[in-house]
Formats: sequence, structure tokens, C-alpha cells
Amino acid sequence: MAQAVPVNQNMWSGGKSPFKVEYGKLMMWYFLMSDAFTFGAFLISYGTIRFSSNSWPDPNHVFRTFPIIGEMHIPLAFVSLMTFILIMSSVTMVLAVGAGHEMDRKSVLKWLGWTIVGGLAFLSCQAWEWTHLYHEGAWWGHNPFPNIDGSQSSTNFTNFFFTITGFHGFHVFSGVVINIIMFIMTWRGVFDQRGHYLMIEKAGLYWHFVDLVWVFVFTCFYLF
Amino acid sequence: MENVHAVAAPHAHDEQHTFDRKLIWRTFRVLLYITLFELALAIGYYEMTFSNPTLVKHLLNGVFAILTLAKAFFIIAEFMHLRHEIRNLIMTIAVPALLFIWFLTAFLWDGNSYKNLRNTYDRHHLEQSQIKVEKKEAPESEEPGKLH
Repeated sequence: MAQAVPVNQNMWSGGKSPFKVEYGKLMMWYFLMSDAFTFGAFLISYGTIRFSSNSWPDPNHVFRTFPIIGEMHIPLAFVSLMTFILIMSSVTMVLAVGAGHEMDRKSVLKWLGWTIVGGLAFLSCQAWEWTHLYHEGAWWGHNPFPNIDGSQSSTNFTNFFFTITGFHGFHVFSGVVINIIMFIMTWRGVFDQRGHYLMIEKAGLYWHFVDLVWVFVFTCFYLF
Repeated sequence: MENVHAVAAPHAHDEQHTFDRKLIWRTFRVLLYITLFELALAIGYYEMTFSNPTLVKHLLNGVFAILTLAKAFFIIAEFMHLRHEIRNLIMTIAVPALLFIWFLTAFLWDGNSYKNLRNTYDRHHLEQSQIKVEKKEAPESEEPGKLH
């Protein structure tokens, strides 16, 4: 629940933090707000183009393959796995932040390590999916998939798909890099010397945001 | 300036950050169940036939939108811990996010309006978009089990 502010205490008279969070963490929140609008602009432009089209390719047809097993005829199975990996890595990140609060260096390393593994696993899945679609003839400017009503499709679908999942994948990649830097700093005992693990919290906020964006990308491209 | 540093010190706000591991795992289960439910709906729609598939798909998309917002709420509230922050902080995030309501409504409405205008006044476009193309076999069905 939201923290209640005592009635006769003026939060804005100086000398204390009105938001009760550290400066860097607050600025991370505001950065994520701006990033949310960037992703929002991407996804809404995708929606606008889709609303202005008479028909659109069927995601159940496009995303139906799974590595190794080949064509499973279970649509969306592979992307479900990717979603599960990302949610799971979000959980391990929360556990790393929690361990940081208890100044438990070993647990932070363990959970941060698993988060990095999860991020790399997600990136590998995405690399496989992109490669697979590329071999099917899909790329920026090329769309082999017909519309769901059987009419000729434009390249809008693949252009938006690769741009938006690519931009998200770039966020995952930078999140993994940030997490690796946090891992090294924790390992070297930087945060123990500093006396707090607030940097882990900021990295955690970024990582959860990446998960949050994926929830919307998943709905917009694979479910709608 | 000493005061400012005292505030930024880590233990100044420790009492509001009690990490409840049970809550984290509960949030995880909620997210997992919602996602599985969405998949069940998507695959169910794919497998079944309806007398009015367009209407069913529209209703289904509404359900997906609501479930997606529910997942977003749980991620922001619990994983990003916003629900446990001070009210003023919640408001500086939540109020600007309301802009998305206008953003989404205005642009989707515009896209839909463009489609209708174009179909009404550009008959060539409408005719072109109704021509069926030869259904090509997907490459992977020609090479069953082939790894890419």
C-alpha cells in the first residue's frame, strides 16, 4: 500500500526526500516513462496501420514452428516459451533485489546470474525465430505471408514485426549487459564497500520494464 | 547538504521495503496463469469454427487487451514495487501514463477512418484488396523436419 504521509509533516519543506526514493532510482522511473512512450509510439503506429488495412496476416499461421521438432501444428508454442523465460528472469531479478536489501552478496550473485542466463536464453530464442522467419522469406521489405482472407499482403506486417521485436531485443541485450556489469561490481564487492545495493534496484527496474514491454509486444503481434 | 546525503542513505527508507518472497511467487503464478489462459483462448479460437468469426475475434481481442493490462499492472505494482512506494511517486508515474488513453484512441480511430474513406473513394484499392492470391505452401512443409 502507498505510504501514508503524517498529516502535520510537510514533505516539501526540504531536508528530506518527498518521494522517499534515491535520486537515481527516481530518474530511472522517469527514463522508463519516456521509453514507455517510445515503445507506445511504435506499437500504436503498428495499430494505426493495421486498423487502416483491409486485411492482415494471421499470426497463428506465421508463428507456428518450434525448433528441433519442426512444424508442430501448435501455434504460438515457441513464443509461449519465450514469454515464460522472460517472466521467470523477472522473478529472479526481484529475488536479486531482495537479497541486495539484506546485503546478502552471495544470493545477489546467484539470482543475478540466473537473470543473465534467462536474458541470454530469450535472446537466443529470438535469434532462432528471426533466422527461421528469414529463411521463410520474411525480412524488412519482404513478406511471404498472405493475408488471413487470402488476399495479397503488404510488407507492413514484417516491417513492423522486425522493427519492434528488434527494438525490444536491443533493450533485452542492453539489459543483459547492465546485469553483467552489476554482477561484476557485486562480485568485486563494490556495493558492500558502498554500504548499499541500490544499483541492483535500478538495474532491476530496467529489467522489469523490458519484461513489461514484452507483454504488450506479445499481445499485439501474436494474439491480436 | 549533509541532510540530502542523509536522505539518500540506503537505510533511510528500509522500513517500507520488506521483501515478501511469497508475494513475488504469487505474482509470478498470476502472470503465468493469465498467459496460459490467453494461449488457451488463442489456440481455441484457431481450432474451432464460428458462424461469425469476425465478431468472436473482436470480442477475443477485447479480452486479450484487458488481460494484458492486468499483467502490466502486476508487473509494475509488484515486480517494479510501485504499489509499495509513496503516493506522490505513484501519481507522477500514473498521471502522465493516462496520456496513452488519448494516444491509443486518437490514432486507432484515425487508422480506421482512413480505411473507410479509402474503401469508399478509392474503388481500385478496394478491388485490389479483394483479389485472392494463390495460397503458397510454407517452405518448411516442403522440407519436413528441416532445421534452419
